[in-house]
Amino acid sequence: MAQTVDARGLSCPQPVILTRQAIQTGQFPIEVLVDTVTSRENVRRLAKSLGYKVQVKEEGGEFRLTLTK
Amino acid sequence: MSEKLTRFFASRWGIIVAGAVIGILAPLLQRLGNPPNMGICVACFERDIAGALGLHRADVVQYLRPEIIGFVLGATVAALLFREFKARAGSAPIVRFVLGVFAMIGALAFLGCPWRALLRFSAGDLNALVGLLGLTFGIFIGVLFLKAGYSLGRSYKTHTAVGWIMPVIMVVLLLLLVFRVKVSDTGALFFSTSGPGSMHAPLIISLVVGLVIGFLAQRTRFCTMGSIRDVILMGDTHLISGVGALFVFAVLTNLILGQFRTPAFFGQPIAHSQHLWNFLGMTLAGLAFALAGGCPGRQLFLAGEGDGDAAVFVLGMITGAGISHNFALAGRPDSVVEGVQTVGGITPYGMAAVVLGLVVCIVIGLTMRQKMEG
Repeated sequence: MAQTVDARGLSCPQPVILTRQAIQTGQFPIEVLVDTVTSRENVRRLAKSLGYKVQVKEEGGEFRLTLTK
Repeated sequence: MSEKLTRFFASRWGIIVAGAVIGILAPLLQRLGNPPNMGICVACFERDIAGALGLHRADVVQYLRPEIIGFVLGATVAALLFREFKARAGSAPIVRFVLGVFAMIGALAFLGCPWRALLRFSAGDLNALVGLLGLTFGIFIGVLFLKAGYSLGRSYKTHTAVGWIMPVIMVVLLLLLVFRVKVSDTGALFFSTSGPGSMHAPLIISLVVGLVIGFLAQRTRFCTMGSIRDVILMGDTHLISGVGALFVFAVLTNLILGQFRTPAFFGQPIAHSQHLWNFLGMTLAGLAFALAGGCPGRQLFLAGEGDGDAAVFVLGMITGAGISHNFALAGRPDSVVEGVQTVGGITPYGMAAVVLGLVVCIVIGLTMRQKMEG
């Protein structure tokens, strides 16, 4: 079952903490919504370091990251 | 091309380059006139700006530091070039203001921000190690709150003009400085004629260094508080590799320039050796930075890229500097008068303010939690 983490507007490091919590539930794919390039890179780095695949889509100045195993 | 550069700056090498550049340029600024072990100090320099504007009247620490102006505007230029400038605001600004005030009170009890703590340590000032331990302890407390769901809530995209307020304030400060505005003999601007405030590198050099660092730091998200937080929170060493590079290159530059002293506690430049309050001052600062999501440098860079909440934190810090000096809360350096060594430190008022700040930050950390959203 897919799950969505809406981390838009949250400051560092909350997007990463929320993504980690989502990963711990083990339900993939995980969609993470962020609205800054900083958060996009932080979430991407976290996911890569844990060995997940990351796809990024830009939507009107916001980013949708899809994490899959 | 721009995406490639973005990737490089976001990489480990990117952050190492940013740290190394700061580590080299800061001691050089000392050589060119900035105060000893204070090539760059965001807290001290914002305090000097508060002094130049007359928000405090400690006449040895008044100068409109161009480095701070450069930090904000360098970040603005980088954010515009890479299309990252984004006006946003609305995440509990009043709390960020209060955190800024107490962050400054804590930093001035120690006599430096995290950057200056690294620079002091890189030149042999062992008190800085005590300060860095205090900083780490404060961030550790902040991480506990973050793990328990602490959040100041979301910021929202807003009118572009909101994002421009801090950059425009900096341009105005630059104009005041360039034209050396003086409204009357006893009025603002104030410029120190003795003490640390009177010591500065040439304006244009300070400004250019500030712009370069602002640009690099905006691209790489360089943050001293974040570096320690990420290690404690998740063992992530990305940011701390930049901070490590800053330290290593500052040691090397200080050795080359002959600015390294035999490591000691007593009598270090613009520093005191009252250990407990060096530790607790930086504990307060570290906790306030962690709760606000960035060290004072990072807050300037965020303010430069349109973050109105970070701008409020900066204004809180400048206000905190005024309070700190008007209420005699800031640390006094060690001194030697006619052969008599006197350990400096903070007044009982300063001690009370640091304790009060810790209480306020802990209450903020305990009471401001966000319900997790699905």
